[in-house]
Amino acid sequence: MHNFEFIRATSVAEAAEILRDDPEAGLLSGGQTLLPTMKQRLAAPSKLVSLTAIEALKGLSQEGDSLTIGGATTHAEVAERAVGIFPGLASLAGRIGDPAVRNRGTIGGSLANNDPAACYPAAALACGAMMVTDRREIPADDYFLGVFETALQDGEILTAVRFPIPEAACYQKFIQPASRFSMVAVFVARFADRVGVAVTGASEDGVFRWAEGEAALGAAFTPDAVQGLSLPETGMITDSFGTGAFRAHLIPVLTARAVTSLTAG
Amino acid sequence: MPMVTMTVNGQPRSAEAEGRTLLSQFLREALGLTGTHVGCDTSQCGCCIVEVDGRAVKSCAMLAQEAEGARITTIEGQAAEDGTMSKVQAAFVQEQGLQCGFCTPGMVMSVTELLRHTPKPSIDEIKHHLEGNICRCTGYRNIIKAVLVASDQPLGALASDH
Repeated sequence: MHNFEFIRATSVAEAAEILRDDPEAGLLSGGQTLLPTMKQRLAAPSKLVSLTAIEALKGLSQEGDSLTIGGATTHAEVAERAVGIFPGLASLAGRIGDPAVRNRGTIGGSLANNDPAACYPAAALACGAMMVTDRREIPADDYFLGVFETALQDGEILTAVRFPIPEAACYQKFIQPASRFSMVAVFVARFADRVGVAVTGASEDGVFRWAEGEAALGAAFTPDAVQGLSLPETGMITDSFGTGAFRAHLIPVLTARAVTSLTAG
Repeated sequence: MPMVTMTVNGQPRSAEAEGRTLLSQFLREALGLTGTHVGCDTSQCGCCIVEVDGRAVKSCAMLAQEAEGARITTIEGQAAEDGTMSKVQAAFVQEQGLQCGFCTPGMVMSVTELLRHTPKPSIDEIKHHLEGNICRCTGYRNIIKAVLVASDQPLGALASDH
């Protein structure tokens, strides 16, 4: 890893100022992706500004039917504290990486990085969450722009994410057995007036909403509604672990499993 | 180089650290606490797990300077001052939950955290919690037995050696 100056910011304004003054400076949240990336010298910031000491960026708060989670909140905290508020999200958070990763990794870091196989982007997109930055609010539909790409501008800091809390939600994750990342994973969120279905791990363009599945489940929230549907393999990831056709096939299968688990009993 | 100060196994410790110095390096090289093992240095294996403010984390995926002011517990802090092993350590010995022993410090730290919030874990819960700890020797069976013993639970189907 190339050396850098480490700065522990005490406020978002301080972090933003450092980024403004030095375009080569970077942000550090939990570091569970960034530090391994820097070890491989795929990133070499001049300064790393740690956000994890900023209390305003931590914690969960519920207001009516929305849940706001600070960007520097760890996966472990979401897994523990969202259980009674938004159990589908708590379950997702409790299956990211492994326990030690969940104790450091943060929701803001995951959403800012937008790894094509990350878990949180699927939940944010299926729910229509709002990304809150130090400058503005960005709807999830406008936020995820592609693999490792988001609508965040240079020096813009993701401070929180605000989820509308669905009536029911389920994250079905089909893991790649070696890395244990999602090979394909589907987040299904049922609201009073619509159903959101978002898919991670499958597409060469990163996380996406499966509109046909959403429409089918909006008309009839049953596994049968999606089981007969299919997606084109074009644009799906093909690698040594699975073909694009296999990944495309998994999407309706996992969606149906999510619906089954939400409607059983 | 900046000076970093943290509480390690109950003692205040200070040493210099570069920005890029990992907590694992700091513990091993600056403080001489080589019980924290570095197996992969890519945050896969869990050998380097220590507790930071009561949470088990991979010390190769955290910067030393991030731990400024933190309370760190390493494998060296598990036994009592007279050398009496912790309940988890003793269970690993009793059930031979190790062969080469390289992964053991991380295993003990992970299990210690698990039993604090889940005092009687099921076998599935044990497996889920140890997903980030890789052992290339044991096949995990004796590690799971050790966790059952450390949590005062019967070995059940694992009691047989066959």
